[in-house]
Amino acid sequence: MRRRAINNGTTHGGSARVPLSSCCPNGVLRMAEQRQAVERPLSPHLQIYRFTITMAMSILHRIVGVALYAGTALVAWWLIATATGPEAYAVFRSVADHWFGQFVLIGFTWALLHHLFGGIRYLFWDEIVGLNNKSADIMSWLAVFAALAGTVAVWAVVFSMRGVI
Amino acid sequence: MVQFRLPKNSTMSEGKTFKASPDAKNVKRFRVYRWSPDDGKNPTIDTYEVDLDKCGPMVLDALIKIKNEIDQTLTFRRSCREGICGSCAMNIDGANTLACTKGIDEVKGDVKIYPLPHMPVIKDLVPDLTNFYAQHAFIEPWLQTKSPTPEKEWRQSHEDREKLDGLYECILCACCSTSCPSYWWNGDRYLGPAALLQAYRWLIDSRDEATGERLDDLEDPFRLYRCHTIMNCAKTCPKGLNPAKAIAEIKKMMVERQA
Repeated sequence: MRRRAINNGTTHGGSARVPLSSCCPNGVLRMAEQRQAVERPLSPHLQIYRFTITMAMSILHRIVGVALYAGTALVAWWLIATATGPEAYAVFRSVADHWFGQFVLIGFTWALLHHLFGGIRYLFWDEIVGLNNKSADIMSWLAVFAALAGTVAVWAVVFSMRGVI
Repeated sequence: MVQFRLPKNSTMSEGKTFKASPDAKNVKRFRVYRWSPDDGKNPTIDTYEVDLDKCGPMVLDALIKIKNEIDQTLTFRRSCREGICGSCAMNIDGANTLACTKGIDEVKGDVKIYPLPHMPVIKDLVPDLTNFYAQHAFIEPWLQTKSPTPEKEWRQSHEDREKLDGLYECILCACCSTSCPSYWWNGDRYLGPAALLQAYRWLIDSRDEATGERLDDLEDPFRLYRCHTIMNCAKTCPKGLNPAKAIAEIKKMMVERQA
């Protein structure tokens, strides 16, 4: 009990902390009580942990997920523009046809496909299919390449319909 | 809370270097995290040059050699030196593992050694595992029954016993939980892979009769559902177990009992 009290006095967590004076009249622990609480450092984590594909995919899944909010706003803009009239639609087109607009659209396509294929992995894993180290890595790489290939395919169709390629 | 950068008192700088004797031919550099509560300084990375011709094959051998022959102030936990006690769990070469079962020859270049990640440090390579053990206690890791106690043992078929394989081997070294980013950011509310694997070990035990109550205790957006299948736990487990699968099984049990 004494040891435990001392430990609680010097570790970071405070929830189980017992007021030392209440359990110890003889002065030995009084000294421990008077000792200044040590501010413990936090051991390094992201700074030192070796990245794995599943770890990278998890972070990327969130990032593209957030990006899709912005992309969905663009889709809403497109719909509103088509409903509003030719002038509003012309404004949208001028932005979308700009090289930066094209860049954003290609990025949106990739983000959507990446989130889709990344999400399909989770469907399998929830059913405990391929939920082991080797399969998880293979499925993650498959999702990465499927999203990239899908993006290339979609825009190859777009550019060929425009007669660019 | 998600806090990517280290707090001010936790940032590391270059520490001391202990050179090997000039006649050593097979020298490996060990870069070791150091922090002492006594001097009020930030952590440092000390470098120890170890003559591998006069050292055992495992990282723990090197750490013990350093403590015995080079720097007695180096502090770390160790006990069984054969991968069954879990004491010497630490971050070696970018992943959590047991120093006693990690071969020095498995590491290319310098051997970088840190305490288990995102934990309060007591000293050097010794993290404070109070919260980790409290989480294990929370899942009540013992047999709970309601039917009258049999005269002899609680019997179990071979098939039911086999369901505990891949679960009972856990040595509670904390490698998995401290490898998990969800645990890093929400370790106060998310139970973490080790405690959840233990929870599943009792959920799936044919003799245990508290399955419903156990699931009730886990039905929580944080305790169980902070697992996002990052798979660091399964990749880092020094015993080759798969906590991610155990967690997925618990999630499945949650769904199935509602059907």
